[in-house]
Amino acid sequence: MDATQYLIVGSSHAAIEAVNAIRLHDAEGSLTLATKDSQLPYSPTVLPYVVSGRSSPDRAFLRDDNFFARQKVDFRRGCALSALDPQRKLARFADGSEIAFDKILLATGAAPVRPPIPGLDTVPCHVLRTLDDATGLRAASGRARRAVVLGGGLVGMHAAENLVEAGQVEVTIVEMNSQVMGGYFDATAAALIEKAFAAHGARLLTGHKVVAAAPAGQGAVLALDNGENLEADLLLVAVGVQPDLGYLNGSGVACQAGILVDDTMQTSAAGVWAAGDCAQARNFFTGTNTLNAILPAAAEQGRIAGMAMAGDSDLKPYRGGVPLNTYRFFGHHALSVGNGDAPPGAEVMTRLDEAQGRYLKAIFHEDCLRGIFAIDEFFDGGVMWELIRRRIDLSAMRERFFADPLAAGRELMSQHWR
Amino acid sequence: MGNACNTITFNAAQCDGCGLCMTACAETKGSARIQVLPAEDKTYALSLCRQCGDPHCVSTCPTGALTKDVDTGVIAWNGDKCVDCLLCTVGCSYAGISLDAQTRRVVKCDTCDGAPACAAACPTKALRYVTTARIYNEVRDWEDLFAPGLSGCQGCNTELLMRHTMRRVGPDSVLATPPGCVPGMGSVGFNGLAGTKVPVFHPLLTNTAAMLAGVKRQYNRLGREVTAIAIAGDGGAADVGFQSLSGAAERGEQMLFMVIDNEGYMNTGMQRSGCTPFGAWTSTTPVGPESRGKSQDAKNLPLIMMQHRCAYVATASTAYMEDFYDKLDRAIQAAKTGFAYLHVYSPCTTGWRFPADQNMEVARKAVETNFVLLWEYTPGQGLRFTHAPDNPLPVTAYLKVMGRFRHLSPEQISHIQNKIEENSAFVTSLAQSAAAQA
Repeated sequence: MDATQYLIVGSSHAAIEAVNAIRLHDAEGSLTLATKDSQLPYSPTVLPYVVSGRSSPDRAFLRDDNFFARQKVDFRRGCALSALDPQRKLARFADGSEIAFDKILLATGAAPVRPPIPGLDTVPCHVLRTLDDATGLRAASGRARRAVVLGGGLVGMHAAENLVEAGQVEVTIVEMNSQVMGGYFDATAAALIEKAFAAHGARLLTGHKVVAAAPAGQGAVLALDNGENLEADLLLVAVGVQPDLGYLNGSGVACQAGILVDDTMQTSAAGVWAAGDCAQARNFFTGTNTLNAILPAAAEQGRIAGMAMAGDSDLKPYRGGVPLNTYRFFGHHALSVGNGDAPPGAEVMTRLDEAQGRYLKAIFHEDCLRGIFAIDEFFDGGVMWELIRRRIDLSAMRERFFADPLAAGRELMSQHWR
Repeated sequence: MGNACNTITFNAAQCDGCGLCMTACAETKGSARIQVLPAEDKTYALSLCRQCGDPHCVSTCPTGALTKDVDTGVIAWNGDKCVDCLLCTVGCSYAGISLDAQTRRVVKCDTCDGAPACAAACPTKALRYVTTARIYNEVRDWEDLFAPGLSGCQGCNTELLMRHTMRRVGPDSVLATPPGCVPGMGSVGFNGLAGTKVPVFHPLLTNTAAMLAGVKRQYNRLGREVTAIAIAGDGGAADVGFQSLSGAAERGEQMLFMVIDNEGYMNTGMQRSGCTPFGAWTSTTPVGPESRGKSQDAKNLPLIMMQHRCAYVATASTAYMEDFYDKLDRAIQAAKTGFAYLHVYSPCTTGWRFPADQNMEVARKAVETNFVLLWEYTPGQGLRFTHAPDNPLPVTAYLKVMGRFRHLSPEQISHIQNKIEENSAFVTSLAQSAAAQA
């Protein structure tokens, strides 16, 4: 049986950052990275661009083999973790092989959710989480005439735009909530996004659910809750992701929706860490552990986990996850940093230029920035993230900040953390 | 070990917010990637890519479009791989990569491939392109000639000077280290073992240059080419050891005499020396009802050595390592045929009373206020400045960064300021007359 000092399971952002962090502190300790994927590392975030052709599948990789050679990593593809024994420090893989480890990082990501729609398992449908999914969807997009996207989140909207841009496809987006992009934008911003989609010929059905699915020819027919039937020769299910944690059965590692971790990304089991989309870490705003399946959180958590595993004394505990994202649609940029809820006592400032399609919204709470959201208004997302996390007092300059968050943010940066 | 990299530096104290850097960047790159921002107290700050060692823009890039070049240190952006998702702008806390309104793509500083237009356009030298990395990458490959673990005070720059100098001088050398901080730190060794990998000896304070001259002449007689080098303190050179130093210089003995000037006998308990400046506290110029620090001005040893018409004389500071290295190279060369004298100012964390992490900053302030002038001299070329003494900061900018001047009265401060201006005018006149003759 193979043995390794550090075992990392997964190969995307959290895993790569953990490799870097470990190697900054421990240049030689044996390090094995096992991933169920058969490819070099890539980011789920790039996949919509692979579907659109903006990124080619062979150029979408985050790192090449040289990276693993240089970092002295035993990189194993096609190795799906099937069971973990934290007491004996053993990881078992789907092919029956085992690896003994001193310390393990679980960075296994998340998998697409399959909504409980009767008949959905009987119809051909796409999801978008792996490179194979992306190449499959790209091929299918070329043949499709009537596409239905279930879910108006980032993945669904991005894919829908690609289908619209490809021409010849009639695209319908079904979102059960009253607006698209609910996780990151408010109804006003969503309306601007929805307007752009409508202007490009997409049909948006918000506030509706698919209640049944049945095969029809090469595709499917979907029954909506309003009695309408949608025919689809291409069905994409993009209603969200959740960690797939079957490998933890019987391990004793504490989980809720994700693997529970402390502020050093350590799980309830000694020698076991978790980071990225599979980890349920502290939320900056609520203080409770929540999933925050976004790329910047994965990178940060991976770095912290790697430092903790290597015993790096420079480790600073996790400051808590902040929801944030960037979204580009039909040439427009949307930015979302922070919490969109306005608690009692919060002040909300908004500015809307409907003709130009520009929107800015900021939420202040207890003198500090809580969230800032924009469409085609620009500021430095990283600076805003830092303003929120440092709880910088903005009470004296709230108006000036809102008038020009780009300049004011940089000015604050130069005063507080340059 | 990692590679040192060249970098753009920004000195906020010298920035007047003129914005020429932004114009130059915009003209070169199409849009400015550098921005000067108003900060507190009418100062300015910078928004510019820092080419981080652990770049979070790279961490948050989903396409591998951003990569850190470990040789140049520059974080490169590959426009073909970039999908304009803007996640990098969220990863960076320093506004170092941002969206360009015209192209709708991200832009960041690429240091203009090693010739940044912003630094070239900066009229106040607030922005500089520091190429000192070359030195460290070279020095790394040379043999360290000192034992590991010299016992200096925390934050002292003398170990840096000793190791860098001897690495550059190389193993074919004989080293003299008279009593002072240098042997105190371990050059002469411990428990019967030498602290260096080259022959080292511990002369008296009085006879360092004389002994070294004799050793060098003996090597010449044997036909062996060695560099004879002394690393001495200011007390050993300017005061008690001065007659042998002056004699060796006058005779043109072939040696490199390097003085590490910490402005006092710091190794033995911080007594005053002939190089201690006016007003400074030392253990023998105390501060109390009678005494208010040293009541005499320092003697200017490098100018005195220049008056010996030595083959090479220069002053240097560890805050300006490229300048130091240029001078060290010239001094080593000059010492093959004559007397080379190198005077390096060395702020003393313990004796001058400043935090251990501030040594370089104190050294820099000394130069920025003209308290210390950086120049070099050869008999053929005369004296020339290697750091222009124009637009100095007021001397208080230097005095306030350490404890030994804390007690100064306004009269004492104006005395020091006047002496600086007098000295600066005098050395400037030497430089002007040399330039006129050239």
